[in-house]
Amino acid sequence: MSEARLGDDQAMGREFYRALVLKRQFIVVGLVLAISVTLCIDLALGPAQYSLIEVVSALLAPSQVSDQVRVVLWEIRMPVALMALVVGASLSVAGAQMQTILSNPLASPFTLGISAGAGFGAALALAFGVVFIPAAVNYVIPINAFLMAMLTSFFIYSLSLRRGVTIETIVLLGIAMVFVFNALMALIQFFASQQAVAAVVFWTMGSLTKATWPKFWIALAVLAAVIPLLARHGWALTAMRLGDAKAESLGVNPRRLRLEVLVLVSLLAAVAVSFVGTIGFIGLVGPHIARLILGEDQRFFLPGAALCGALILSIGSILSKTVMPGTIIPIGIVTSLVGIPFFLCLILSHKRALW
Amino acid sequence: MVTLQLDRLTAYYGRRQILSEISTPLFHGGQVVALLGPNAAGKSTLFRRIFGLLQGGGDIRIEGAKASRPICYMPQENAVNAVLSVYETVLLARMQGRRLKVTPEDLAQVDQTLDELGITALGKRNIGDLSGGQRQLVSAAQALVQAPEILLLDEPTSALDLNRQIGFLSVLRRLAAERRLLVMVALHDLGHALRYTDQAMVLQDGRLTACGQSNEVITPELLRQVYGVAARIESCSKGRPLLILDDVA
Ligand SMILES: Nc1ncnc2c1ncn2[C@@H]1O[C@H](COP(=O)(O)OP(=O)(O)OP(=O)(O)O)[C@@H](O)[C@H]1O
Ligand SMILES: [Mg+2]
Repeated sequence: MSEARLGDDQAMGREFYRALVLKRQFIVVGLVLAISVTLCIDLALGPAQYSLIEVVSALLAPSQVSDQVRVVLWEIRMPVALMALVVGASLSVAGAQMQTILSNPLASPFTLGISAGAGFGAALALAFGVVFIPAAVNYVIPINAFLMAMLTSFFIYSLSLRRGVTIETIVLLGIAMVFVFNALMALIQFFASQQAVAAVVFWTMGSLTKATWPKFWIALAVLAAVIPLLARHGWALTAMRLGDAKAESLGVNPRRLRLEVLVLVSLLAAVAVSFVGTIGFIGLVGPHIARLILGEDQRFFLPGAALCGALILSIGSILSKTVMPGTIIPIGIVTSLVGIPFFLCLILSHKRALW
Repeated sequence: MVTLQLDRLTAYYGRRQILSEISTPLFHGGQVVALLGPNAAGKSTLFRRIFGLLQGGGDIRIEGAKASRPICYMPQENAVNAVLSVYETVLLARMQGRRLKVTPEDLAQVDQTLDELGITALGKRNIGDLSGGQRQLVSAAQALVQAPEILLLDEPTSALDLNRQIGFLSVLRRLAAERRLLVMVALHDLGHALRYTDQAMVLQDGRLTACGQSNEVITPELLRQVYGVAARIESCSKGRPLLILDDVA
């Protein structure tokens, strides 16, 4: 607190910050590059194996390669590979913001019951043919799943509007919803035919293989609409991590922000989950990895969470095709089995507190 | 120059009335006003009411302010844990309500604020790893960095060591004078209030029991009535008023 200080001393802080920003920009670029590589590898893998060179040339100049290669890459594999990126990004962003607004490192679309709700909606259609909105065959199950997921989140939302409901209560409500839906799922499986049970179980494992171009575009459109709406609150969301009292003192309205973000991320998660089934791991871990490498300034954390989620699911998609050649293991299983040990190593080797 | 006057201000938590009709004379930029009173007197409540976080009756008259939101507020608690460096924490306080892009002026303002409070060296540290006093200074920096015209500080010195207490209060006094800033600061140390503030308001059970120039308000009678201690105020060898606490009354 001395009166006069050298200007150099002051500039130190700024230099530190500029270096920090530069480092983060490099990390973001690095993530984008890594995703491009995994995308190409993902496209190359499948019953018909292509070399990376073939894949890249088919991507850059589709008219130059044979029709067969073009159809396989562009019509069959591309929607699946891109769906992995969009779903990964959506779930990870949803988890990141749930963790932020609920101040809880365990919050994710899974813990708030959104995945479980979607699973229940899908199971109703698969087991008993219960259809909420008649639609094209391809979309009956996603629509069912989406409606149940949204219903779940609106239930939580409307309860959280009540006076005296704290963020801990919201998390507890979410966990309660998970148990309710698990019980309902068990009930469905008890009464349904064996075939139906198999279909339900397969759905809950999560699978990218049903992805098509239209589904991809829908998921992408939702992601592209929600991210700017979240980014608009970037500074306020960063401030939320300092606690409600501090955020309020900085002019943020924590309650209103929390509700708005809750609606946005529920939508994001519900869309993603309804198309691919339950993939629990991404929404929890994507944000933690992003936080680890990029910090919690939302200007980097938000894109970082999206990119980490996309990268993880893309790697998962590659592994699901390579672990047992000839079989595509459901992606939900792969991400958990391979991802969790990796995640444990990451957090245990890290010296600073993660949260 | 900014002025602030409270007129029959009340505040409620639910149905419970905490503040009853607080009216003050006109305070103006350049002044440091001490907000005094025992625990649970309503000091924090008054700050929250002035900042707009609580509803209630009465008027808060602010005139001559240049910005649309001239008040900044440093709350009493600052238990904070996030993966953010001190530099980012202070920066984000400045950036609230602004665009995502950080300008060089923003960085310059952060640098200057950290320097004024003597915490430049903490810039790189994670806020979760700081000591209690360091956190308190960071919290004060968050308020100061917003370039307020009226600054409300809720017990900003409660976790600071002796050196930093008087360092902080003299910086506050200098900034108030230089920037025509109106500072309202809740304090428990009446010796500090006597020495570093111009005006003092004393709250007791949500009522304003005294208000005026610090050296006229802070008297042995007040100490006995409000705080229940027997005390003397004498002149030290350098001519400054000196508070001597004798006993609980
Ligand atoms: N969130 C709240 N809900 C209900 N009552 C509250 C709340 N916060 C404070 N109060 C009550 O309001 C009264 C004034 O509290 P306040 O925090 O303003 O005191 P204070 O003067 O700041 O005390 P301290 O010196 O201990 O910080 C107390 O009786 C307290 O119990
Ligand atoms: Mg208080």
